[in-house]
Amino acid sequence: MNEIINRVFLSENVIRMVVSAPEIAAKRKAGQFVVLMTDEKGERIPLTIVEDDKKKGTITIIFQIVGKTTTDLAGMKEGDSLFSVVGPLGHPTEIENFGTSVCIGGGVGIGVVYPIAAALRETGNEVISIIGARTKDILILEEEMRSVSDELLVATDDGSYGYHGFVSDVLKNVIDSGKTIDRVFAVGPVPMMRVLAEVTRPFHIKTIVSLNPIMVDATGMCGACRVSVGGETKLACVDGPEFDGHEVDFDLLMTRLRMYCDQEKAAMDASRCRCNGR
Amino acid sequence: MEDKKKKIKIPRQSMREQDPQVRSKNFDEVPLGYTEEEAILEASRCLHCKKPFCVAGCPVDIDIPGFIRLISEKDFIGAARKIKETNSLPAVCGRVCPQENQCEEVCVLGKKGDPVAIGRLERFVADYERTAGDILIPEISLKTGKRIAVVGSGPAGLTIAGDLVKLGHDVTIFEGLHKAGGVLIYGIPEFRLPKDIVDAEVEYLEKLGAEIVTNTVVGRGKTVDDLLEEGYDAVFLGVGAGAPVFMNIPGENLSGIYSANEYLTRSNLMKAYRFPEYDTPIARGKNVGVIGGGNVTMDSARTALRLGAENVYVIYRRTEVEMPARIEEVHHAKEEGVQFKLLTNPVEYIGDDNGWVKGAKCIRMELGEPDDSGRRRPVPIKDSEFVIDVDMVVVAIGTMANPVIPVTTPGLETNRRGYIVTKDETGETSREGIYAGGDIVTGSATVILAMGAAKKAARAIDEYLKNK
Ligand SMILES: Cc1cc2nc3c(=O)[nH]c(=O)nc-3n(C[C@H](O)[C@H](O)[C@H](O)COP(=O)(O)OP(=O)(O)OC[C@H]3O[C@@H](n4cnc5c(N)ncnc54)[C@H](O)[C@@H]3O)c2cc1C
Ligand code: SF4
Ligand code: FES
Repeated sequence: MNEIINRVFLSENVIRMVVSAPEIAAKRKAGQFVVLMTDEKGERIPLTIVEDDKKKGTITIIFQIVGKTTTDLAGMKEGDSLFSVVGPLGHPTEIENFGTSVCIGGGVGIGVVYPIAAALRETGNEVISIIGARTKDILILEEEMRSVSDELLVATDDGSYGYHGFVSDVLKNVIDSGKTIDRVFAVGPVPMMRVLAEVTRPFHIKTIVSLNPIMVDATGMCGACRVSVGGETKLACVDGPEFDGHEVDFDLLMTRLRMYCDQEKAAMDASRCRCNGR
Repeated sequence: MEDKKKKIKIPRQSMREQDPQVRSKNFDEVPLGYTEEEAILEASRCLHCKKPFCVAGCPVDIDIPGFIRLISEKDFIGAARKIKETNSLPAVCGRVCPQENQCEEVCVLGKKGDPVAIGRLERFVADYERTAGDILIPEISLKTGKRIAVVGSGPAGLTIAGDLVKLGHDVTIFEGLHKAGGVLIYGIPEFRLPKDIVDAEVEYLEKLGAEIVTNTVVGRGKTVDDLLEEGYDAVFLGVGAGAPVFMNIPGENLSGIYSANEYLTRSNLMKAYRFPEYDTPIARGKNVGVIGGGNVTMDSARTALRLGAENVYVIYRRTEVEMPARIEEVHHAKEEGVQFKLLTNPVEYIGDDNGWVKGAKCIRMELGEPDDSGRRRPVPIKDSEFVIDVDMVVVAIGTMANPVIPVTTPGLETNRRGYIVTKDETGETSREGIYAGGDIVTGSATVILAMGAAKKAARAIDEYLKNK
């Protein structure tokens, strides 16, 4: 049974949950994810494992309320148990000492980039992190990110905190400052990752993005998660979730994420759906 | 002799079915099964041959004349138990086995007339036993203290687990999905194999004493070697051939284009056909193209009809004669209104402004020389392209081996196509203590062949453990 040990609202609609899952915690590496179901009639949704506590046998997930399943999940309390959790799934992030690595997280994507930054730092990288959100109140994990970064830069779309603008502007500034960057890791809404890949492309800085297509089994069985990378179809659940951002067809990813928009809306009976990315 | 003549006069009993017009709108099972009278009458047709060909045609050697005799004697429970001596899943097999190519194909009655309806009788007694609730849990022989890990809970995994538990071993099944049953649960639709039946079989296995651990993808978290290190004395791999195959033609990633695996998994495992009661959505196309000619194609096409499609086209590159689907399934699909576009092959999908499929550009084919499979090879006719309007497509052209286990199990030999190599009669792989059977060895085959392979591997594992 996967009991919820702790639930904290990081902002109005972003939640951090600690879930008991000893076997997953024991094996999990940065970049991997789980697929969970809230109840028997629920959907299977993938969520990145943000942290694990191998001693306590727990994993941490962070998610934004964007659809029916995440709404249901947010409604579950400490002591409740999830119907199912399977993982760790996907390839771990390729971690080595690249030199200087820039870790960029947008919105709830900060939760995904955080373990990557931590692992990079541990391996000896100089880690520059750039995190961003629409506005200050919904910026998450600032302290955690600071603790694993040599330098932390913050941007908000509305200028309520840090740099007034997008994380891509901040990255551009870092590049323009003449700093040598060996690798970029970027996780966030699809449009953000697309723009970041365009920023680094002229400088040939390898840019790894973490993709979040719709998944069902997440074991390579169904093909729901297919993405196009370098003109080849890949299964994000088993070949990914991380790919070279310069090779990813982001338009396709966007369209495929919108596949169930109407149905999701109907089911939610609300205006929000996950169709706009993460 | 008199008796034999009389018997031959009795016609093969047909089985009642839901009306095609009605059933194409619901997910209830299509055939309704025999009544007791029908079953007894059908059973009375059997000649009880001294050398029964039917048994030789059965991959798990069911004592067919034996169980049929018990039906004639109205001992339906006895008949069910007779089958269960060699086949632990009769309610499933009675429904999905291709009897026309197995026991019934060689039944002597078939030489002059219609063979005994062995499959329908098997189904009848299994259903009788289940609804009577009179399920026998056999005494387990002395515990051996040996532990076996079974990976995958499809027909192969369920069968070997049952056999090994009965031999006194401790068995744990690891299943990647959240529900046990393999293709029986996620692939074959409710209207052909009600999920209650699969659930009952899985429950029976648990009552026997097998442990089932779901949500565990072996090779991702634990590897096969981890299992051996944890103290399992042997491992059986029954992981199926679950990876999707696409044609790799332009436009195939448009929204609205599914692999059959995804389409059927959404509908069957996730119960998307009951959306929004269940949370998983599924596209409900008005004009649906289903590519392929096998059972999976028919299952997908008939599912699309039930999900409200106005036109469902099976698009197949050869003719009906070459279709690998069971004749009965093609017949059912036609009755329900599925349309067949034969000698037709998609070459490209066309999308609308939202990236949703709106057309399948196809090319006409003709049959040329026979290929390796002995079937005549389809050849495209130049400049014969045309577009079929579709707003949903299911690609059902087969599956391949999922590499997760081979890649994470050093020394496990696979063939060119990624299937695990075994010694035929035993399921032994290139690694000591690791056995395999079912679709992961043969490629997509049938439920009963997977079960047959599992039974052989059970005997081999038992031998191996005795000598270990
Ligand atoms: C739609 C459809 C219709 C069919 N209709 C018929 C029919 O009418 N008659 C017939 O005889 N046959 C039919 N078949 C074929 C038949 O279902 C298969 O041949 C049979 O199920 C194979 O059994 P198996 O046990 O080898 O594998 P599967 O049934 O595929 O089971 C494998 C199981 O292993 C699990 N698994 C895979 N990898 C791992 C892992 N790494 N760790 C843990 N678990 C794992 C999978 O989730 C799955 O549950 C059909 C197949 C399909 C897809
Ligand atoms: S071959 Fe046909 S008639 Fe003979 S025993 Fe088998 S089922 Fe009966
Ligand atoms: S989610 Fe099914 S193959 Fe990736």
